[in-house]
Order: sequence, then C-alpha cells, then structure tokens
Amino acid sequence: MSDHHDSAGWFDKPENVKKMLKVFYVLCVLLVVADLIVHRHIYHSWENIPAFYAIYGFVGCSILVFVAKWMRTFLMRGEDYYDE
Amino acid sequence: MSNMIPFLPLMFGAVAALFLRGWTRNIIMLAAPVVGALNLMGLEYGVFWSMEFMGYALEPVKIDKLSLMFGYLFHLAALIAIIYALHVKDTVQHVAGLAYAASAVGAVFAGDLLTLFIFWELLALTSVFLIWARRTDRAYSAGFRYLIIQILSGVLLLAGLLIFAQVNNSLLFTHIGLEHDGVAEIGAWLIFAAFGIKCAFPFVHNWLTDSYPESTPSGTIFLASFTTKVAVYCFARGFAGEEILVWIGVTMACFPIFFAVIENDLRRVLAYSLINQIGFMIVGIGIGTALALNGAVAHAFNDVIFKGLLMMTMGAVLHMTGKINGSELGGLYKSMPKTTILCIVGAASISAFPLFSGFVSKSMIMAASVKEGYDYVWLLLLFAAAGVFHHAGIKIPYFAFFAHDSGIRTTEPPKNMLIAMTLGAVTCVALGTFPAQTVYALLPWEHDYDPYDMTHVLTQLQLLFFSALAFVWLNLQKLYPPELPSTNLDADWFYRKLAPAFVKRVACKVYGSYETFEKSVVRSIKQVIHNSYDAKLGQPKGYFARLWPIETMVVWVAILLSIYLILYYIHDLL
Repeated sequence: MSDHHDSAGWFDKPENVKKMLKVFYVLCVLLVVADLIVHRHIYHSWENIPAFYAIYGFVGCSILVFVAKWMRTFLMRGEDYYDE
Repeated sequence: MSNMIPFLPLMFGAVAALFLRGWTRNIIMLAAPVVGALNLMGLEYGVFWSMEFMGYALEPVKIDKLSLMFGYLFHLAALIAIIYALHVKDTVQHVAGLAYAASAVGAVFAGDLLTLFIFWELLALTSVFLIWARRTDRAYSAGFRYLIIQILSGVLLLAGLLIFAQVNNSLLFTHIGLEHDGVAEIGAWLIFAAFGIKCAFPFVHNWLTDSYPESTPSGTIFLASFTTKVAVYCFARGFAGEEILVWIGVTMACFPIFFAVIENDLRRVLAYSLINQIGFMIVGIGIGTALALNGAVAHAFNDVIFKGLLMMTMGAVLHMTGKINGSELGGLYKSMPKTTILCIVGAASISAFPLFSGFVSKSMIMAASVKEGYDYVWLLLLFAAAGVFHHAGIKIPYFAFFAHDSGIRTTEPPKNMLIAMTLGAVTCVALGTFPAQTVYALLPWEHDYDPYDMTHVLTQLQLLFFSALAFVWLNLQKLYPPELPSTNLDADWFYRKLAPAFVKRVACKVYGSYETFEKSVVRSIKQVIHNSYDAKLGQPKGYFARLWPIETMVVWVAILLSIYLILYYIHDLL
C-alpha cells in the first residue's frame, strides 16, 4: 500500500465535515424557503401543510430509527446464533 | 426465421463456458448477452413458436412488449454481471450465472404455464450453485434452504397449472386473477402463492435475506437481478389489478427498512432493501392502471441496475477486504475512491434523487396510488421512500466508506469490476436523465408521464434532504444505533430454530420410546432363552426338549401301535 493512503483523508478533519454540514443546512433551509415561494400542485389535502414533505421525511426517518432501535431489544442475538 | 429462440444465446454461452478456458471463454461469455439482445431486436410481436403437448396448445416463445422489456433488461443485467465476474477463476460460477440468466429470459418469454414452470425450476437449480460457490458451511446450508423453498414454489406452480389445465382446458399464460368458481380458485391461489414465494412476500421472504448475502461477490449480482424480477413480471401478466397486491406490496415496502437499519451485514441490508423495492412494484401491479403498471415494470428495470450497482460496490469491498460487516468497515473512501463514487451513484439512484433512475419510476407508482385514492398507501410509500434513502442511500456508503476509520488499507478492485460498476452507474444516470429515450420507450402500456415537473422535483428533494437531516441529527446526538455484530431474528427463525427444536424434541421422544421398547423386547427374549436353556450344561432345560435316545422313541411307537391295535380289536368286537 502506498503511504498517501495513510495520510489523513479529507473527512478526517472535523473542520471539513463542519463546512460540509453547513452547506447541507443551508440547502435544507433553501428547500423550505422554496416551498413557500413555489406554487406546488396539490394532489392530497395533507400536501397543503407548508413544507409537508420536509416534515414527513424528518419525522418519518426519526421514527424509523427509534423503532428499529427498540426492535433490537427483542430481535438481536449473537452473531453465531444459527450456527450453534 | 432468422432469429433464435430468445434464451438460446445465453444458454449457448453457458455451455461454451463449461468447455472453453482463457480468453476464448471470456469473449464467448461477453458475446452471449450482446448477441441475445441483438436477437431480441429482430423479433416481431406474437407467438414465435407453438406446439401441442398432450392435447394442450403450448406457446413456449411468445413475444409482446412486456416480455420484450424484461428480455432487454435481463440481457443488460447479464452483461454487467458477466463483466463483473470475468476475473473469477471458477467455472461453476460462470456456467451457473449464464444458465441462470438464460432461464430468466426463457421464463419471461414463456407463453404457457408449462414452459414457465420448466424455467421456474431451472431458475432455482442454476442459481443455487451461485450460493454454494462461496464454499463455506453457511453458504451450503443457506443454499439448501434456498433450494427447498424455491422448489416448493415450483411445486405449487405445477399444482396450480394442473388444476387450470383441467378446468379451463388451456395452459396459456394470460391474465389469471383470483376471482374464479370452485376448484379453479384453488388453482389461481396456488399459482399466486408460487409467484409470491419467488417474489419474497412477507413471511416467505427470508430465502432472499438468508441466501443472497452468503453467495460470492459476483454470484450475488446475478441473484439480485433475476429471480424476483421474473416473479414481478409474472404478477404483472397474471394478476394485474388484484387489490390484495396493494396491501402486500405496501407491507413489503415498509417492514424490511426497519430490519435494514439494524442489520450489520451490508449485503444483507441490500437484500432487505431489495424486498422493499419489490414492494413498490407489487403496489403498482395491484393498483393495475396503465400508469401504475408502467411504473411497476419501469421500477423493476431501474431496480435491477441500481441494486446491481450497489451489490457490486459491496461485492468489491468484500472482495478486496474480506469483510462486509458495517461494524468492521469504515474509512475506505481513502483507498477505494472510485468505488465510493460509484456506490454513491447507486445510492442516489435507489433513493430516487432527480436525474437518477429511481426518480423516474418510483414517482409513477406514487402518483398512481394518490390518483386512485389509496391515501394511506401513498403515505406509507412515502415513508418507505424516505426509509430507503436512510438505509440504502446513506447507511451503505456511510458505514462502508466513511464513518470511523477502520484502519483497513486496500486498493481499488480489479479493472473488470470497475468497468462493470461504471457501466451500471452510467446506465443509472442515463435512465434517470433521459427516461423518454430509454426506459419509457420500452414501457408496455400506453400512458404519458413526465417526472420532471417543479412540484415533483421540489417535494422529492425536500423529502430526501430532511431524511438526511434526520440522519445527521441522530448521529450528532449519538442516537443512531451503532453497527453491532449480531443476528436479527426474522421469520426464518420459525424454520431455522423453532421447527428444528420442535422436530428434535419429537424425534428424541419417538427414538427414546423406540429404544426402551426395543430393550424390553430383547430383555424378554433373553429371559425366555435363559429359562429354557442351560448354558453351562449346553442343553435345554425343558423336559421334552431334552435329548432322548432312539430306543425310547421305538418304545413309544410300539406303545402307540399296540393302543391302536387294541382299539381296533374293541371296535370289531362291538
């Protein structure tokens, strides 16, 4: 293996990650702002809620992770469970 | 008839791969799907080959838009998978892979149920070798479980088609539906169940999550492309518009994402997400309108390519590092930058980012569901779409290539793997950016749809960015579940733990009672022998069983004769 692989990667520097996240946050805000400006087609009454898709995505994914975490309490077994 | 039967080029490739070695084999293997696809281009719609068998009309090769679309798809998938597997020095995998692809092509061009059944079983028999080719104990047992379930599906199909042949006096594979009278209904449900097993319906889905991750890096690419998509095709042809499929599909779209979040083996994460994507297709087929059906088959088309791409990148990681668990990987972007980018393209495609392939097909199914008034289904699909991004779009690249540095230093995979992945990635972008010229041009049903309107692009971006925001937030708050070396119980627990434990207990009881019975019989026989035979003296104990001199016998005979004489004399006197 060449040596340059061992040098710290771009993502190893916390300031780089922070920069990237900042850009990401700005994009998120812009998407919400766009929601208020652009006239969306409404196919379903729930879509009238401002930034419905943003809220749904965030809440949905958080619930997904919390439920999955809770599922671990009764579904998780050792790695060799079926081999024993 | 200058054209060949569609599956023949690939099958010929498989036979050639069995006998040829070196570069000749590589050329033949690469040529097989290309020749096969060119052959498809020359075919005309209609029955290509018909025959009669035991009084039933058979159409072993029938061509229409639907079968042709899957035909092209399978040739493209086979080409990518073959390129990816070129470096492999294992004849079993090459032959099995090509024969498996040929079986899939044969199945989608089957115009009757009997031909379909033959290819249905061939799919199972050829593909299992791709699992066994890993040559580990786990792969052997997973392969056997896979084979048993696949053959069960075939048996159900056979039973169903026999009932249909009896009732309808026809074996042709047209719309089947579930509404029938009397015994035909049983037949329809049997066929439905057979398709459902191959489609990985809930509770019969574990053959997929069990066996695919146990296969070789290149074997999984073949596996992920064909079996389930043949089943999707069969549902589209046989059960379009059956409402029960909507509910089954939405279940399939939702439940696997929870398992995917906590699964450690990254190829198993992709196996769960494969079920989740099939869920979308099944919903589309269940809705049954032109838009929904087009969406279902378009999504099948795109899914084969982007799921193949993701599987290939994970296969490359496994091939280069020997590891595939999220808990052992991380930081690979430094040594595998090209693979990382290709993986992100696959992730963007499965997550349905605008300009990537998932966007143009998943949206058709979503639009159809809201249009036909399936509000809850639409909401659940939206949740599933966000969840896909979460587990396949973010988790896969993040834990393999970023996250914490695992300390693993490796290199990019062999060139042929990189070429195959690049081909997959370019196809993903082409399908997503120019849908009208690519995937939409192949769609079987008449319907106009434009995915790129302002509303759709904006709402999809909002959904995805805020799903990502949830991931970032959970990660920063240390709330995201860490990757742990573990096994998660799923429906396969019933036949891998519960049933064996139950059978073992019953078998122990039966065997134990048999043993005690056998012992008591032996003991009583011994007792009888002991009572009647004196082992020390070497002679029986009973009075009549003793050895008697011959003279004694003569005396007895004389006595008997004299009694007889006396009786005769007395009789004469009277």
